[in-house]
Amino acid sequence: MRRTAVTCLYVAAAVIALAFLVFPIVAIFAHTTPGRLVDQLSNPVVRDAFEVSLKTSLIAQALIVLFGTPTAYLLATNRFPGHSIAVTLVELPLVLPPAVAGVGLLVAFGRVGLLGSTLDVLGISLPFTQSAVTVAVAYVASPLYIRQAIAAFEATDPNLTAASRTLGASPLRTFFRVVLPLARGGLIAGLALSFARGLGEFGATIMFAGSLQRVTQTLPLAIYAEFDQNLDATLAMSGVLVLISIVLLLGLRIGLTWQASSSKRSSFLFGPSASG
Amino acid sequence: MASLILEEVVVPLRSFSLRLTLVVGSTVALVGPSGSGKTTTLRAVAGLVRPQAGRIGAGSAVWFDAARGISLPPDRRPVGLVFQDYALFPHLTVRQNVEYSRRHKADEYLERFAIKHLERAHPGDLSGGERQRVALARALARDPEVLLLDEPLSALDAHTKADVRSELQQLLAGLDIPVLLVTHDFEDAAALADQVGVIVDGELRQTGTPGELVARPADPFVASFTGANLLHGHVEASGDSTRMRLADGTVITTPGSGRGEMVLAVYPWDITVSTAPPHDSAMNLISGPIRSIAELGNRVRITIGPVSAEITAESLQRLGLEVGQTAFASFKATGTRIVANGGA
Repeated sequence: MRRTAVTCLYVAAAVIALAFLVFPIVAIFAHTTPGRLVDQLSNPVVRDAFEVSLKTSLIAQALIVLFGTPTAYLLATNRFPGHSIAVTLVELPLVLPPAVAGVGLLVAFGRVGLLGSTLDVLGISLPFTQSAVTVAVAYVASPLYIRQAIAAFEATDPNLTAASRTLGASPLRTFFRVVLPLARGGLIAGLALSFARGLGEFGATIMFAGSLQRVTQTLPLAIYAEFDQNLDATLAMSGVLVLISIVLLLGLRIGLTWQASSSKRSSFLFGPSASG
Repeated sequence: MASLILEEVVVPLRSFSLRLTLVVGSTVALVGPSGSGKTTTLRAVAGLVRPQAGRIGAGSAVWFDAARGISLPPDRRPVGLVFQDYALFPHLTVRQNVEYSRRHKADEYLERFAIKHLERAHPGDLSGGERQRVALARALARDPEVLLLDEPLSALDAHTKADVRSELQQLLAGLDIPVLLVTHDFEDAAALADQVGVIVDGELRQTGTPGELVARPADPFVASFTGANLLHGHVEASGDSTRMRLADGTVITTPGSGRGEMVLAVYPWDITVSTAPPHDSAMNLISGPIRSIAELGNRVRITIGPVSAEITAESLQRLGLEVGQTAFASFKATGTRIVANGGA
């Protein structure tokens, strides 16, 4: 009897928690008719924000993968003085309040910032441009990718890299033929996390890039701007972000499963025909 | 065939340094307890570990020379290394593993190692013996000038081990390149290699054929590692033969001379076990309750006092021996060897 009562308490707590987490998402789609939500997708504000978000996210994520992958590999496979400091620095933007990140970017790369005059000489002015959005997204999202990538690289057996080298493969060939395929699940998971974080970025973007329609107004910024003017547009954009988030979450789960199984990969189709 | 040569190679390890000079002409096994520097030796030859000093090369080719600042990267040393856990690439098929180094030779080696039928399987699907064949095929498909084997039999269960060992024996006999293998098992080393080096704490204690090591172990460690019982005692009288008294008062006779504290080696297969004292009074005799009986395949190891004897399973049946029962272990004076002498 007692045990059933305790089980009931657990179940009740779980039901309340799940309902609490899901209810706001359901409400976004239930507030108006689906037709009105779809209509809003042709609203210029919504379309511009979607375009800005997509473009800046893709460029930012490409840069994150390009610079983050070698960084993570270096940190995962080498122990040098200052290693743990380097890892901590990589993780810093993760715990930094986004508004602080925005201020930091402004006084670093802004016109009056530390690098501002250098950039000015080169004819580059970052703040309040679309590139500023990309920079802000890359700044806040990259730690998520790099952290996951370090974990994925650390999980690959160093004997496999050694075996590849003794079989005549250069370090670069070893990386592409052995390390990357074995770590790809973890890298995909990291990319999904980083993409989700970048897509939702608000604080650093609005401080460093502003909220100009067609230029720097991303989906979260447009949601905020349209909130008291056009609730339907706000809901439509929120719905789009919910759908993208679900896709990213699936990507994350698939990536993690892949990573877990890559070290003991086995195929049922071509299993051993005769085993002793 | 060019010999693999290691000259005064020094690799600092956690609590000691590996110091090694070794010429590998045919098949050499390094045996020693775990942590004695065996695997490090292989990794130094393959270029995965950089020694502090010394030279490594094959024939006239220099792969490593600390004094001249030469150290070829692993991919430029013509070495085939078979890892202890085989280190097969789990995301590639058997064929892709074997052709990892040189695509056009894969078929030849898939057939030679009888793994052609497994070519589309992944390493995760293979048995221990199959994995080892893939690892060997992969290492040899590179056409190495030297083959290195790290504990080739330790990843296998006892049942598969005997088969794989004889397979490996045949393979090594047919190879015309130097082979350096390391193992912690003297029996495996003796079965696979022409020359055996016993390595302890990074230093070679003795090298020789397996027969030489058993006949003339250089020190107590080599003796016990090759399977001998060690008897510690004090010399009572010395002359043509020496009488040594053990701690429990038993007196053992051995040829040769000695004085003070002494250690004798006697091999389990030189000891006879009986339930009554033997008639031949010239035999050395140790008696006491049987401490343990352990079966090793068709051989049985019986421990009486300080010695273990090896007898056949049939003898055990015939004698009807049981743990705790009093038994007699007898061996000839000529079956003993002095391995440490003079209070060391």
